[in-house]
Amino acid sequence: MDRLFGFEGLGELLALGFVQNALIACAVLGVVAGALAPLIVSRGMAFAVHGTAELAFTGGAAALLIGVGVGLGAVAGAVVAGLVFGILGLRQRERDSVIGVVLAFGLGLGVLMLSLYSGRASNRFGLLTGSIVSVDSADLIVLAVVAVLVIAVLAVLYRPLLFASTDPDVAVARGVPVRALSLVFAVLVGLVTALAVPIVGAILVLSVMIAPGAAAARVTASPLVATVIAVAFAEIALVGGAILSLAPGLPVSGYVAALAFLLYVGCRVFARLRGRAAVA
Amino acid sequence: MVVTLERVPTVAPAVAMRGASVRFGERTLWDDLDLDVARGEFLAVLGPNGSGKTTLIRVLLGLLPLSRGEVRIGGAAPRRGSPTIGYVPQQKALDPDLPLRGRDLVGLGLDGHRLGVGLRGRRERRARVDAALASVGGTAYAHSPVGRLSGGEQQRLRVAQALVGDPDVLLCDEPLLSLDLAHQRTVTDLIDARRRDHDTAVLFVTHEINPVLPLVDRVLYLVDGRFRIGPPSEVMTSAVLSELYGTEVDVLRVRDRLVVVGADGRNGVHH
Ligand SMILES: Nc1ncnc2c1ncn2[C@@H]1O[C@H](COP(=O)(O)OP(=O)(O)OP(=O)(O)O)[C@@H](O)[C@H]1O
Ligand SMILES: [Mg+2]
Repeated sequence: MDRLFGFEGLGELLALGFVQNALIACAVLGVVAGALAPLIVSRGMAFAVHGTAELAFTGGAAALLIGVGVGLGAVAGAVVAGLVFGILGLRQRERDSVIGVVLAFGLGLGVLMLSLYSGRASNRFGLLTGSIVSVDSADLIVLAVVAVLVIAVLAVLYRPLLFASTDPDVAVARGVPVRALSLVFAVLVGLVTALAVPIVGAILVLSVMIAPGAAAARVTASPLVATVIAVAFAEIALVGGAILSLAPGLPVSGYVAALAFLLYVGCRVFARLRGRAAVA
Repeated sequence: MVVTLERVPTVAPAVAMRGASVRFGERTLWDDLDLDVARGEFLAVLGPNGSGKTTLIRVLLGLLPLSRGEVRIGGAAPRRGSPTIGYVPQQKALDPDLPLRGRDLVGLGLDGHRLGVGLRGRRERRARVDAALASVGGTAYAHSPVGRLSGGEQQRLRVAQALVGDPDVLLCDEPLLSLDLAHQRTVTDLIDARRRDHDTAVLFVTHEINPVLPLVDRVLYLVDGRFRIGPPSEVMTSAVLSELYGTEVDVLRVRDRLVVVGADGRNGVHH
């Protein structure tokens, strides 16, 4: 227990440049992940996000092997995955099996490439479980640029995206380009996933991309309120998880995932109690 | 029909089809369909499952091209997203956990196709959505998650969603499904008031003609590629339906209701 929770020397740690970089990265990631999360939940895309994350891992592993930036590889892998999933299926049933097949293949390929890689072991492990010590100023700039881009696209396309995500039949009839939007959204998800992979790791991307939205959907049905809550939850999980992980020096992903999970359970319990109070 | 003649004899019909056909591969759904729907007219579209009722609506929405023939809606070729069309889709279950409230669903019908997040004109938007909700008696559950509402409540929100955009043509695909008698009345009265006050043409797909019988100007009855158009008194007869179904069908009048009795169940005669 002592190893899990410690705040010794936290003050000094927080003063370090790379720690501050990491916290800023987490905060930026929280905004974009939280903003997308309710739409991901509305579209029933949890599994697609997982698949996208695994392919970001594959892309990162490939980049490591050929010696280009891991971040670049992750973005390439995730965006390609997003596009493939977006093109292949609007029908959820078909989409799920396609994702399952592609995900397994990508993961296998990634593991193979990591084994062939002979560089630093922490690079290897980082892709799967995340690590925040690796965020440098250049990464931070990339992160900020992508975040601004994602938020800008979301601001312009928000209403039709919401329409297409929640009520596709009527949206099509009202002239919303549902298919094209599903591609655009898949690319947005791919970009944000790729940014999240180096920080929380490919395995645990769902804890920042899904959990905040799923938790918010438990306590509100208003799309706007759900978005605000999801952003707040994503920030708590990411920034809080990062701070908690500092002193013990353990992987950030475990803390982030645990916080996200607690928030989700808390929301379920809250909704339960409120439902009971409403009946009584 | 009196309605249509005395009202707007000079304006183009709300819907016009000439020699319209839809074919999927070898199968012809309907062929050589000529149909004019005047403004303010109430057309009931009847027929067994798979006879092409929803497909007709998809053609009018601009989602499906005709295989042959011509179609005009408001004088122009159908196109997706025409603001002059209101659409009530055939019912489909909504996910109970969908983060969307009743009033959001209605609001999307008003401006969900527009870009941006919709911060401008919020007050007017709110007023229009509120009015649409009130008109279907949906104010009480406007803030509930849509997926948790009963089928009938969802259906009334659908009607509000279709009417909030102030359409000239209203396309309804079985809007009475899963409504109890009282709410069938609410919805049909609402749609009837709409077409009387605003001259909105109504295409109303239904399996059950009785709830709308007093409102219906004409019936389009589709069976297996054959069809008949005319006032209920001419189409809903034993002779016409027997010919359409190709088997003996009896239409009985019980008080002010029509009861259609198929010679056997095979053809799926509804009512
Ligand atoms: N894109 C398509 N390709 C091939 N066949 C199609 C297509 N769309 C519809 N059909 C077929 O056309 C027929 C008519 O379908 P439609 O949905 O119009 O029937 P409907 O009259 O609305 O039936 P229901 O009462 O069950 O709603 C069905 O047999 C359907 O399988
Ligand atoms: Mg149908």
